[in-house]
Amino acid sequence: MRTIGLGDRVRDDARPARIGLYLASAAVAAAVLAPLGWLVLGALSVPPTSAVELLTRSTTVQVFLNSAVLVVATTAACVLVGVPLAWLTVRTDLPYRRAWTILVALPLVIPSYVGAFAFVSAFGPRGRLQDLLAPLGVESLPSIYGLRGTVLVLTLYTYPYVFVTARAALKTLDTRLIDAARTLRHDRKAAFRRVVVPHLRPAVAAGGLLSALYVLSDLGTPEFMRFQVFATVIYSASTYSLDLASLLSLQLLGVTVLVLAVESRTRGEERLAGTQGGSHRGDVVRLGRWRWVAPLFPAAVAALALVVPVGVLLWWLVDGGSGLTGVAFDPTYALNSVSVAVAAAALATAAGLPIAYLAARRESPLANLFERISYVGYAVPGVVLGLALIFLTTRTVPALYQTLPILVFAYVVRFLPQAVGSTRASFLSVNPRLPEAARTLGRTSIGAFRRVTLPLVAPGLLGGAALVFLTTMKELPATLLLRPTGFETLVTFLWRAQENYAYGAAAVPALLLLAISAASIVVVLRGEGYDVG
Amino acid sequence: MSDSDVDAAGSHATGDRRAASPAPDETILELERVSKRFGSESAVDDLSLSVREGEILTLLGPSGCGKTTTLRLVAGLERPDGGEIRLEGESVAGQGRYTAPETRDVGVVFQEFALFPHLTAEENVGFGLQDWSAADREARVDDLFDLVGLEAQRDAYPDELSGGQQQRVALARSLAPEPSILLLDEPFSNLDVDLRVEMREEVRRILKDAGVTAISVTHDQEEALSLSDRVAVMHEGAIEQVGPPERVFQEPESRFVAGFLGHASFLSGYVSDDVVHTAVGEVPVDLINGLSSEYEATRIDVLVRPDDVAARPVGRADGHSTGTDADGEVIYRQYLGPTVLYRVELREGDVVECMHNHTEQLPVGAPVDVEVTADHELAWFPKSAEE
Repeated sequence: MRTIGLGDRVRDDARPARIGLYLASAAVAAAVLAPLGWLVLGALSVPPTSAVELLTRSTTVQVFLNSAVLVVATTAACVLVGVPLAWLTVRTDLPYRRAWTILVALPLVIPSYVGAFAFVSAFGPRGRLQDLLAPLGVESLPSIYGLRGTVLVLTLYTYPYVFVTARAALKTLDTRLIDAARTLRHDRKAAFRRVVVPHLRPAVAAGGLLSALYVLSDLGTPEFMRFQVFATVIYSASTYSLDLASLLSLQLLGVTVLVLAVESRTRGEERLAGTQGGSHRGDVVRLGRWRWVAPLFPAAVAALALVVPVGVLLWWLVDGGSGLTGVAFDPTYALNSVSVAVAAAALATAAGLPIAYLAARRESPLANLFERISYVGYAVPGVVLGLALIFLTTRTVPALYQTLPILVFAYVVRFLPQAVGSTRASFLSVNPRLPEAARTLGRTSIGAFRRVTLPLVAPGLLGGAALVFLTTMKELPATLLLRPTGFETLVTFLWRAQENYAYGAAAVPALLLLAISAASIVVVLRGEGYDVG
Repeated sequence: MSDSDVDAAGSHATGDRRAASPAPDETILELERVSKRFGSESAVDDLSLSVREGEILTLLGPSGCGKTTTLRLVAGLERPDGGEIRLEGESVAGQGRYTAPETRDVGVVFQEFALFPHLTAEENVGFGLQDWSAADREARVDDLFDLVGLEAQRDAYPDELSGGQQQRVALARSLAPEPSILLLDEPFSNLDVDLRVEMREEVRRILKDAGVTAISVTHDQEEALSLSDRVAVMHEGAIEQVGPPERVFQEPESRFVAGFLGHASFLSGYVSDDVVHTAVGEVPVDLINGLSSEYEATRIDVLVRPDDVAARPVGRADGHSTGTDADGEVIYRQYLGPTVLYRVELREGDVVECMHNHTEQLPVGAPVDVEVTADHELAWFPKSAEE
């Protein structure tokens, strides 16, 4: 998009710096790909006969089916919740639209396992509600465990992906297209079907993709809800059969690729009307007498996703219950979380810098390739990445196995896209004429970068780092697989407490995680200039 | 303007086109005392208008005068707060009734066209024909592509079409369901200036060929005057004057209309003995449109447009004149290529604009005499009307 201006091609003195940038980017890209390479090698080294035997076991087939059903059901539920909410908050005169928008987007940053923990600790056996109802003669509640509970919880924390993308699409929808359809003999419903739906489809597909990828990679929720899927089985197999774990990981990657393919087909050829300008004249659908009924929908969703977990956790905090002894929260766990997250944020930002800079300049296919590779971490589930790093360390440098450096490395690979995305955006927002002006004023190219570009992108770098920091604090599967023995963080403690029904002890770390989530939405909103109006 | 195709279609240019309109007196659309407010702001205020079968009527006015709102009220995209709208004798809005746009039988060509970006040109044109049989639909779509002359682009998507082509598709799409009236919202505002003139003639040809009644909305007076059979000048939510273009231009009924249609200057004068005494000399009463005897011995303002008056240099030959006996002096000049626009401040304080081509150039500050050269009657307003 940028025009090539005076001096864009005159950079011979910057050559060594450019080569350095490319080398650094290549190194990062290689580091991102290396674990996956080892995983594939590991899987291929399994003798074919035993591979077939492992993969055709009825339990393995069951896991595949479970995962498939879970992904399809949750994604469908996300669309059913996310799209109407987006429509209500963008296209109607719903009262307090801004407040609802923020409230309903909030679950986006809450890790679903925290929600799952809250639901299990409230509705499961030995849960709050169970305790409460037992004196009344209620022996058992309908089980929260299994497919239905998992779909419920995952939907509550992943529909915002669809909500946010559908909102963006609805906001760029030129409402004159709807007017046009109506003057061409289409009533509101028909106009919605023939004009709005085609406009929404790519965005909803993109949001659905994010939901599906999240569901596939999530370990905590299905584990807490006792539903066997790829992630949970890979996690438990990692302790007794690396062969099975690696084969399942490959299978999971295959399913991920399949999801990506389905999404790109659904999206179809994009012909969005965004270029024709946005909505006109605050043209909104008047809800009429439904105007005061409609808020019940976002209210119900927000209550289930936000109020119930917070309420349950606060209750546990006040009244710890009679959990098993020996499981008690220690503030050093929080300190452990913070220290690895700081390391991950710093390293990810540094590693993302050369890639983001080259990508923002869009100067070569190689730069694009590096950027693409840096995004691999997004698509690779944490449990697969953890397993791949177990392979890598045990087969090359056993001394690194289950050490902090390898754990931090996993975080960097996983959350590099956040750093690259944020940094790239801030490089793009710097007018290329500014460093050029510095050059004409006698600075070297590196001097111009340091004195002009870097100060301008600093807020973006910080925003990216903050995002990596906060998401690292919430990361569960890789942490469980790669942490040094005895190294306990907020999430691993939550995991252990859940296993031991020590719900009261887990209230503090769970609430801390919620607070971290709330902090990260502030960063997300600020960094992306997300317009909630 | 002398495109022979257009003339062959029996549609353009001079006065005879008005006579060619079929059944000129049959009213197809009637707005009666229609009002529309947005919050506390009144967009359309007590507006009445009737549109005759087969004519092209243009609502002309500055932005914010309520013309687009009027169009949206007719289309059913807005509901009036008061008054009534009748289409083909049936009430479609007002008095508690409201017919939705999809059942109103009104076609709209939107500003920037609002073509569906995910559909081809052909699918766009066929969009409003979903209730037709496949064969009828195909035949109708064929006819329309033929009418707008765009057969080669049927499978193109809107973003692959030029501005003029998009407009043809938009026109064809809105004409496809055979609406009883077609509304055009600033139809040329999205086109380059060169293309605008060309498309004005083309759109007029298409509308006349289709025989459709049309209301267009614009703030461009040249467009309004050249496209329409009648022009309605709007000001602050109401119609100031309706009539054929020549009439509205030459006999404006209000100072607003006079000022909005091209440059307007006012020469104040005193009526006495069959002449109007003005700062630039005497203008015969015969040249003043419909000035009746009751205005004898009163002051009036005569409307002069830049081509009605000419500025002549004073005392150039002997070099002696100080200009004290000149009518006024040039205070502004704008070189426009073929012509020059001069603004002359008269000794009595009036300012008039003159536009003409002169081999010699009058510099700013030059003393000039101003002469009324109009070969048609001039409009006028009683002096008191302004105060």
